[in-house]
Amino acid sequence: MIWLDTVVQGILLGGLYALFAAGLSLVFGIMRLVNLGHGDLIVAAAFLILTVVNVLQLNPFLAALLAAPVMFGFGWALQKFVLNRVLGPDILPPLLVTFGLSVALQNGMLEVFSADSKRIPAGPLESASLALGPINVGTMPLLTLASAIAVIFVLNRIFYTTALGRAFRATSDDAVTASLMGINPKGVFAVATGLAMVVVTIAALYLGMRSNFDPSVGPARLIYAFEAVIIGGLGSLWGTLMGGVIIGVAQTVGAALNPEWQILAGHLAFLVVLIIRPRGLFPRAVD
Amino acid sequence: MAYLVTTRTTASRYAAIAGVALIVVAYALPAFAGRAVIQDMFFILTMLMLAQLWNLIAGYGGMVSVGQQAFVGIGAYAMFAGVILWGWDPIPAILLGGVAAMILSVPMAFFAFRLQGAYFAIGTWVIAEVTRLLISQWKTLGGGTGTSLPREATANIIGVGRIADGLGVRDAAARDILAYWLALTLAIVTIGAIYALLRSRTGLALAAVRDNDNAARSVGVDARRVKWLVFVITGFMTGLVGALIYVQTARISPDAAFSVTNWTAYVIFIVVIGGIGRLEGPIVGVLVFWGLQTAFADYGAWYLFALGILAITVMLFAPRGLWGLFTDKTGIALFPVQRRLTSTP
Repeated sequence: MIWLDTVVQGILLGGLYALFAAGLSLVFGIMRLVNLGHGDLIVAAAFLILTVVNVLQLNPFLAALLAAPVMFGFGWALQKFVLNRVLGPDILPPLLVTFGLSVALQNGMLEVFSADSKRIPAGPLESASLALGPINVGTMPLLTLASAIAVIFVLNRIFYTTALGRAFRATSDDAVTASLMGINPKGVFAVATGLAMVVVTIAALYLGMRSNFDPSVGPARLIYAFEAVIIGGLGSLWGTLMGGVIIGVAQTVGAALNPEWQILAGHLAFLVVLIIRPRGLFPRAVD
Repeated sequence: MAYLVTTRTTASRYAAIAGVALIVVAYALPAFAGRAVIQDMFFILTMLMLAQLWNLIAGYGGMVSVGQQAFVGIGAYAMFAGVILWGWDPIPAILLGGVAAMILSVPMAFFAFRLQGAYFAIGTWVIAEVTRLLISQWKTLGGGTGTSLPREATANIIGVGRIADGLGVRDAAARDILAYWLALTLAIVTIGAIYALLRSRTGLALAAVRDNDNAARSVGVDARRVKWLVFVITGFMTGLVGALIYVQTARISPDAAFSVTNWTAYVIFIVVIGGIGRLEGPIVGVLVFWGLQTAFADYGAWYLFALGILAITVMLFAPRGLWGLFTDKTGIALFPVQRRLTSTP
């Protein structure tokens, strides 16, 4: 029974990692850009939500609703004024720019919010739990996984049933041809990054409510997100969810064997998948 | 009229002469400079080497690694293992560091080469994290908290006594001087070896693979072999530098030895600011970096914040870095690798 419990906790944890990864997967799928500042943007969004909660005395979910458009604007501007200028056949400039962004964000937050670990207060939700048959699961982790599924469902709907999604897919396939059809690829990229930042806000909400965070935790979130994307296969959002779950289960099983092995077990699961299926479990994109 | 393919320029001839003079002065430096200067020079030289090596794989090879700290860390830990577990002298134990990093570079390349383009970067980072977490489990070398080189080992390093007597300095200062001379020698070897590599057929093949993998293969370049070769060499050299840094520091912990900020972020900033894909770039970059560090390090995190913003700005407005701006204006190259056709009457 303890093992069943461990695996269920792992699946629920996987929901959080899938939320971290969904934004990364979206941006990569559309513009082949890996944002090395992704983890730090999640932490920045968590601080933004926390600030709104503290200043306006709002419920965290409402605060996230206020933070989301701000993050969308930030993502849109970041793409339009910075990243669009360095996107091109050479992968080096965007990587280095986002790496600079990562370091700048981390240290900027360190100065503004200090190195103390913080938490977004979620009231009674923090300790609420539900009995699911023989095991108890926390309401918060359950809500996280449900949100991850909802986010990925909505993103898929946007991708495959809306005009915006058509523009996303067309630009992803061939930006030059798409622009011949009246699509402005750079504008599409800006909207995509804005959308990714909305997903980042949702991820940040759960990161901040479930555990303590401080300005230094971003890079580790980036790595988990990246592993989930690669395990799932590039370009497949449902694959990303699966990838998150695999990392989550590997971590809780590793932690059950020895608390020091939690993070290591997640990384090892990733490396094993990389050996067996170098293109991930559900690859869709060619590269 | 005959034609000759050459890479030499007038500027490079003068640069070579100036370089030799500079090297002579640098070797003689401990005779008239104080300990602080020697320590600063050691820092500059080690960062310069790390930057040159990263520039080799990223700037010339197109392999953007964010996992250089794995080589520094494993190199340093192998040196510590040699000294603490097997009683080696720290100086020969530096070689152990290089070998350990070279061994690590094989599985790292095996995994990371499966990842295309940008994902390669985070792949190398994951391997570095795995290495850090594994080393943290190594209890005899201090586990997660780290350890120091034993006093007996640091007191009896080969050559320190002779330097102390010869220059009339204390043992601690003599250790710094020895580390500095080793760093200087290693830096000359590193830059010389990279320059020689880039001027060779392998160097040409490497640049071809970076610019277009398929095109390079179509003219008979074995892209995989070239990448492997350069990656493993870089691992070995970076491991040597890591071990050397920790001979001087004499105190190690997994978080410091595998620090992504110290051994990769700084190194990337140095190369980007100075000019990526040129041997002169890291030299300019490390001087700028050292200047900024000396002037603004007191500002702590704001300094790093500004460094990040500076790197973004350089990438946006001068993607070839400061040296790139200079050489675009003047056409001067101190380490020319471009092949030019000249006619001889």
